[in-house]
Amino acid sequence: MTKYSIFSLLRNAVSYNENWQAAWRSPEPKAEYDVIVVGGGGHGLATAYYLAKEHGITNVAVLEKGWIGGGNTGRNTTIVRSNYLWDEAALLYEKSMKLWEGLSQELNYNVMFSQRGVFNLGHNLQDMRDIHRRVNANRLNGVDGVVMSPDEIKAKVPCIDITSKPRYPVLGASFQPRGGVARHDAVAWGYARGADAAGVDIIQNCEVTGIRREDGAVTGVETSRGFIGAKKVAVVVAGHSGVLAEMAGIRLPLESHPLQAFVSEPLKPMFDTVVMSNAVHGYMSQSDKGELVIGAGIDSYNGYGQRGSFTTIEHTMAALMELFPIVSRVRMLRQWGGIVDTCPDACPIIGKMPVKGLYMNCGWGTGGFKATPGSGWVFAHTVAQDEPHELNAAFSLERFISGALIDEHGAAGVAH
Amino acid sequence: MLLITCPYCGDSRDESDFTYGGEAHIKRPLDPDALTDQEWADYLFMRTNTKGYFREMWNCSSGCRRWFNAERNTVTNHFRSFYRIGEQPPVPDTEVNNG
Repeated sequence: MTKYSIFSLLRNAVSYNENWQAAWRSPEPKAEYDVIVVGGGGHGLATAYYLAKEHGITNVAVLEKGWIGGGNTGRNTTIVRSNYLWDEAALLYEKSMKLWEGLSQELNYNVMFSQRGVFNLGHNLQDMRDIHRRVNANRLNGVDGVVMSPDEIKAKVPCIDITSKPRYPVLGASFQPRGGVARHDAVAWGYARGADAAGVDIIQNCEVTGIRREDGAVTGVETSRGFIGAKKVAVVVAGHSGVLAEMAGIRLPLESHPLQAFVSEPLKPMFDTVVMSNAVHGYMSQSDKGELVIGAGIDSYNGYGQRGSFTTIEHTMAALMELFPIVSRVRMLRQWGGIVDTCPDACPIIGKMPVKGLYMNCGWGTGGFKATPGSGWVFAHTVAQDEPHELNAAFSLERFISGALIDEHGAAGVAH
Repeated sequence: MLLITCPYCGDSRDESDFTYGGEAHIKRPLDPDALTDQEWADYLFMRTNTKGYFREMWNCSSGCRRWFNAERNTVTNHFRSFYRIGEQPPVPDTEVNNG
């Protein structure tokens, strides 16, 4: 792997940028691997990267049915934060945040991580009580956060309406200064390049069609490119988790829903942070190109088609118009949908499955992007050691039987 | 946008007139005291997250306010049938996912 630097830029500039090395190989699949990671999104590639880097397991394949970064990794609204209420969630997302902070250097790939801060707005007295409680809980867990008054919000976000005119006026917000945004495709590409350099085979256009088992243990996967053997199979497929689990005869507490996002036409710089509102249900940031990046909640029904209903678009736009009257005549350029696997307690399932050698990392719902590095890090540990790391031990499938749920639904200021 | 037909009202209306109720035909346990934790988890949380034709519940929340069932393809959003609570689905179990 050629290291990217100012010198490599100059060297390639003089040869008209025609001699850049491909960022990763496209090898033919081998007959057998030590570990197969199913799903070449950010989480899957991060898992493969940390398997190689932290645990020295390099005989690994990442199988992707489409192309790298073509699923939810390239379909989210790129927000990164770690201000979750409950200890288990806060510590997991904070691990991720710490990895984000050094990620561009570590991967030698610019993931454009920009710590521009994230606001979570409160619109009624109970919202504000919850925000105070969450900020206090965050600080006890070493996660940064402050409570902001409407005037302080207005100073940072001049275009927001803090008057009493809206139906749900802004009464305050929590603010996490270390939160922000990152370039989503670059995260997938950076991890792919790093994993490939360590010897991991990234195999695109290779759909898993079955999980082969003998005596209750995994022996490999059937794919559109033939059978590939492995004693350990790690499944990280977001919206299709239910489909893959069914191949192994496992039932999961997941429902797949469409989640839509939008970008507007490019505008001059309008605000340089991220604003999220749970109550009116919408969130917005501005990309470096000037587009407003907008997201909201899931479409209510189960679905695997990567699109959603107009009702949801209308609802999101109405919410944003209340917060930012200035955007009323802005035109939307693009709209798209991803398929998210939502869990009853809005927390992921990361761990061993009832079939020996099968591991799953799923249920991230609407909030998986921010967790990409941490998710891969703890999942790699789980697969390599055959037991969960202490950071993800609580996120087992068994919690739905024991009742030890981690109820982040509504608790985390999240637009889930 | 989904166009949904309430089998009670009989007319076809926009999805915003309806509320989604998730997977249909989940049976409430007859003897809750006898259930193990595993069986409770199956009833409360575990779901058949079907890719293809899926039986689901809708509520006619802006109309007659009654619950009914539907069969919808979760990839194409095509509705195959709408039927009342208590009725058997028009397509038998063995053919539920074929086409």
